[in-house]
Amino acid sequence: MSTLVIAGRTFRSRLFLGTGKFASPQAMREALVASGTEIVTVALRRADLTGKGDPYANILEFIDPNQYLILPNTSGAMNAEEAVRLARLAVAAGLPKWVKLEIHPDPRHLLPDPIETLRAAEILVREGFVVLPYINADPILARRLQEVGTATVMPLGSPIGSHRGLQTRDQLRLIIEQATVPVVIDAGIGAPSHAAEAMELGADAVLINTAIAVASDPNRMAMAFRQAVEAGRTAYEVGLGTPVDGAVATSPLTGFLSP
Amino acid sequence: MIGVTFVTEFDQLPWTALLHRARHGSRAEAAGVLARGPRSLADFALLLSPGASELIESMCQRSQALTRQRFGRVIRLFAPLYLSNECINNCSYCGFSRDNAILRVTLTVDQVIREAQALSAQGFRSILLVAGEHPKFVSGTYLRDCIRALRDWVPSIALEVGPMEIDDYRPLVDAGAEGLVVYQETYDRAAYSQLHTAGPKRDFNYRLATPERAYAAGFRRLGIAALHGLADWRYEALATAAHGAFLSRVCWQAMLTVAVPRLRPCAGDFQPLIALTDRDMVQLMAALRLYLPDAGLVLSTREPRHLRDGLLPLGVTHASAGSHTEPGGYTGAGRDDLHQTVRGRRVELSDTDGSNNAAGRRATGQFEISDDRSPSEFADQIRRLGCEPVWKDWDRALGA
Repeated sequence: MSTLVIAGRTFRSRLFLGTGKFASPQAMREALVASGTEIVTVALRRADLTGKGDPYANILEFIDPNQYLILPNTSGAMNAEEAVRLARLAVAAGLPKWVKLEIHPDPRHLLPDPIETLRAAEILVREGFVVLPYINADPILARRLQEVGTATVMPLGSPIGSHRGLQTRDQLRLIIEQATVPVVIDAGIGAPSHAAEAMELGADAVLINTAIAVASDPNRMAMAFRQAVEAGRTAYEVGLGTPVDGAVATSPLTGFLSP
Repeated sequence: MIGVTFVTEFDQLPWTALLHRARHGSRAEAAGVLARGPRSLADFALLLSPGASELIESMCQRSQALTRQRFGRVIRLFAPLYLSNECINNCSYCGFSRDNAILRVTLTVDQVIREAQALSAQGFRSILLVAGEHPKFVSGTYLRDCIRALRDWVPSIALEVGPMEIDDYRPLVDAGAEGLVVYQETYDRAAYSQLHTAGPKRDFNYRLATPERAYAAGFRRLGIAALHGLADWRYEALATAAHGAFLSRVCWQAMLTVAVPRLRPCAGDFQPLIALTDRDMVQLMAALRLYLPDAGLVLSTREPRHLRDGLLPLGVTHASAGSHTEPGGYTGAGRDDLHQTVRGRRVELSDTDGSNNAAGRRATGQFEISDDRSPSEFADQIRRLGCEPVWKDWDRALGA
């Protein structure tokens, strides 16, 4: 499996992990190890951004910044201003100048707002952030964001936490075909087979949270996703056959005609 | 402002048919809804039925799975901070009713800061400011000053105060409040008018439209509930669910939370008119989760510990702990200013009971809590149940 490069930084793992929804910070930390991930996203609203080491908001203490790239996310932001404000606070609190840009004004379906996301991306890129925007699987929006200078695009497979897999498959295919930056499939991946499918499609990485965090055994589920991502990526790199109707014999019937 | 209001929709609901389904739905009908998930209020009605009660274990299994998928294995903790127990309303079931001869006080802003510091030291990063309805003692300016005093170090501030106009809410949102809680108490118009005998709260429709006004003013979290014990629980549940579904649809940028509070003993000794049994309550919470999968479900210290421990893993997302329902309850603040209030005027205690001071006395609470475990004990119990207690889930950088 080849390495993944985002904004000039190289990663061996193509599996991003989210840190919400776990039964405990310890369970989260163990799942990170089991997954082999190198990029871990954290909701800034859960973290202490005052720099005072709040023991009641200490999720960051469970993620070793030497082992993982901590990718702050702006979950909870309803517009560009809020997302930008959160991202700046994160930098002030000593976090990397990377941001997973999430703007979802609808708290029910958590679908991203394309207009506010583009606006925030413009501001944050200008300020020197490495921006990884969470978007609906909209190929035009993906192109617009690439032009703005985001480091990736992160289209959803289906709504966050829905476990419904790649409902946006055809759009994802277009985004991947036209991409000039890595494409990370961000939401709705509920099973390792979904993750493998995303990688086989040519996605550069996937982000998993709910499916691992709420599994009865998060560590083993994390391992399953790790294997699925590696399998799917390897298959993509080798090149998959094209499905055809009917059988194609592995020992051709006309082989005797060859000299 | 929103063009459509719940008040109109509420009165047009097919109540007879809904109540018939809720009261007489069969096990087979409920099983059908459970299998495909409730898609309408009529489906929700069947989940309240005696037939559904036979399926309570499956309902709870489904509720737990949905909750974990949507919210994760976490419980968000918050605490109420009572600012004042002054009130101009008479509500038969409430300890703060204006005709109750109780010990009253309104905390000064400095006292509110001390109370919030005490809560913060216990871990709370989400505080609900609660007050009786009394514009003279609990004015918009006072509320704004309280919020401003806390906003820099309390990440999440919500309000549960007398209903206001949009223009009066806006300064509170600008000051830093992000949530607004308003219980309809009862959605039964007849019961409502019997129980609310004096004061502006008598206006049922004004109260019913309060969450919509709050949303228009910019609040990001809306909390609703019926106070169970005042009218038929199935009726209240249907109305609450209809209200929640309406708010989800129309106030689409706000997070909805729903509580299922039951009456507790309080000054005035009001007795519940109708019981919501423990089993009914479990069924109701599971039904609410299935119908409103994205709504926060709130559990307070009104309930006894064994029931709280049982309910926590079934669908609850937000819980309070170690609560006091009297102003100054966490620090003793305001005990030097206790008085009674008669016809809106302050009456010193020495004038009413012959005692010259209020030494050793505290302001009267709104009701008695039941689960008196400390926040840290309760957090430990959440961990034992396989969930993480989350104290901070909001940041001041969000919102106004």
